[in-house]
Amino acid sequence: MAGEYSSNALIDRNTRSKQSNKRPILNKILFYLLLIVGASTMLIPFLWMISTSLKPDGATMVLPPEFVPNEPTTQNYERVTQQFPMMRFLWNSIVVAVLTTAGQMIFSSMAAYAFARMQFRGRDKLFLLYLATMMVPTQVTMIPQFILIKQFGWLDSYPGLIIPTMFAVFGTFLMRQAMLSIPRELEEAAFMDGANHFQVFYRVCLPLIKPMLAALGIFTFMQSWNNFLWPLIVISNEELATLPLGLSLLQGRWATDWGLMMAGVVISVLPILIVYLFAQKYFIQGMTMSGMKE
Amino acid sequence: MVGMTRKKTLFWLCVFLLPNLLGFLTFIGAPIVSSLVISFTDWDLLGEIEFIGFDNYIRLAQDPEFWVSFRNTIFFILGYIPLVLIFGLSCALLLNKQMKFRAFFRATFFLPVITSWVAVSLVWKWLYNPEYGLINYALSTIGIAGPEWLNDPNTAMIGVILASAWKDIGFVMVLFLGGLQNISPSFYEAASIDGAGKARQLWNITIPLLAPTTFFVTIISLINSFQVFDQVMIMTGGGPGGSTEVMVQNIYNHAFRYFDMGYASAMSWILFLVIFLFTWIQMKFQDKGAH
Repeated sequence: MAGEYSSNALIDRNTRSKQSNKRPILNKILFYLLLIVGASTMLIPFLWMISTSLKPDGATMVLPPEFVPNEPTTQNYERVTQQFPMMRFLWNSIVVAVLTTAGQMIFSSMAAYAFARMQFRGRDKLFLLYLATMMVPTQVTMIPQFILIKQFGWLDSYPGLIIPTMFAVFGTFLMRQAMLSIPRELEEAAFMDGANHFQVFYRVCLPLIKPMLAALGIFTFMQSWNNFLWPLIVISNEELATLPLGLSLLQGRWATDWGLMMAGVVISVLPILIVYLFAQKYFIQGMTMSGMKE
Repeated sequence: MVGMTRKKTLFWLCVFLLPNLLGFLTFIGAPIVSSLVISFTDWDLLGEIEFIGFDNYIRLAQDPEFWVSFRNTIFFILGYIPLVLIFGLSCALLLNKQMKFRAFFRATFFLPVITSWVAVSLVWKWLYNPEYGLINYALSTIGIAGPEWLNDPNTAMIGVILASAWKDIGFVMVLFLGGLQNISPSFYEAASIDGAGKARQLWNITIPLLAPTTFFVTIISLINSFQVFDQVMIMTGGGPGGSTEVMVQNIYNHAFRYFDMGYASAMSWILFLVIFLFTWIQMKFQDKGAH
């Protein structure tokens, strides 16, 4: 049996070496062809979005479609920003995403320090409670959260949009994992030198978990930027809508004006795309870790 | 002295833990408990809260709309999961080697993942446009009369599935790439000495050794896809004729359109149970793997 196998292997290798001039090139062409087909599938919708947004009125509804606009124009961008508070949505999205991210990073890294580097009674039980809540989907908590926000008088307000989303347990979990990996000796040395807990946290621990913190920051920013459900629940005043909610309102008003709508979509996608180009590594890391939480 | 340091420790503990703990208890802990309580009541936010025991859950079991949304969600999952697994794995296999433009291709496949569901849904809605959309135009060039896509109850959910898979393939790809990196190259060396071709290697080494990742990705995708909402809300709003109405949308409607808080909460707990079941399966499996 074994002999048969190896003789087969011998034949295989012989035939292969004869073909070796042609096969690899053919394989390579096929390989890159597949990659290009895949990449095109991913890119065409984005290109189509940009192309549509640059077409003058009426040029979207032609057959065959113009892939590159014959007369490119920025009139859709002018219309969508003048007739619709698009810039207001953009501003709201920036405020909400920046503050949510800052809050999430600060509060979860601080709590993580307590969970990972301090001793107190009931610590592990409390953390287990945190972990247990991670299994509960947001759809369960959103109804009481809405009632709470209403009681606080935070409906249609920035605090209502921002504060409840700042305490996602995932952040604390992730930061604790990172902090656990820091060797004890480092902080002991700092305490010997008379440092207090805040100094140890800020000067010793944070610098060491910077990459993780960055990944959490990027991940939170993206989640907040793209969040639709929570703004949909909390905001009814158009002036306070974030971009995803704003786009859905845009759709409600100009459902068939595709040039205008695609201009709105481009405005909403561009900022996160720019961040992505510069911090790609952290996006991928953040998303991978978010998968690990379950 | 000891009392002093103790007090100090307590002080620092409060500084570090309290802000997060208060936020956690207020916006996560308390809502979970109250959601469970509300699910046993009849409450429209304005009137009295009336405890009605298990009535909401009984009503749920007999509510045809709930079962329609459940069935639609399952239909979504059955289409979506195989697509993201097959294409996510294919992309990961293509990118799992040193080559030119690797970073470019990876970034491109990941691009839809960073884009919001709302943006993706609007773009796809335009692609699906029966008259002027790109997809039906492409079909017409090869002589196929494209369907009405989102306007037709028979194809609307398929449209939602394709767009959702397109958005998430990059995410699944990244998870698979992580799994592929954990397979030791020595397996492949041994196999190629034995004369196993690429296809055999894929079938006999890569796929079996990737099983834990595949399992993990499947569970994650299951949990996520039970919560499908944004894309349905934007692309179809649940229509036409309720053909794409999903569970979370049903919860949303009952809570924030009809203000039937008790009933909506009960539904959300059923959703939790389903998700919990899969989380539990995964934890069970992981324990086994560890021992």
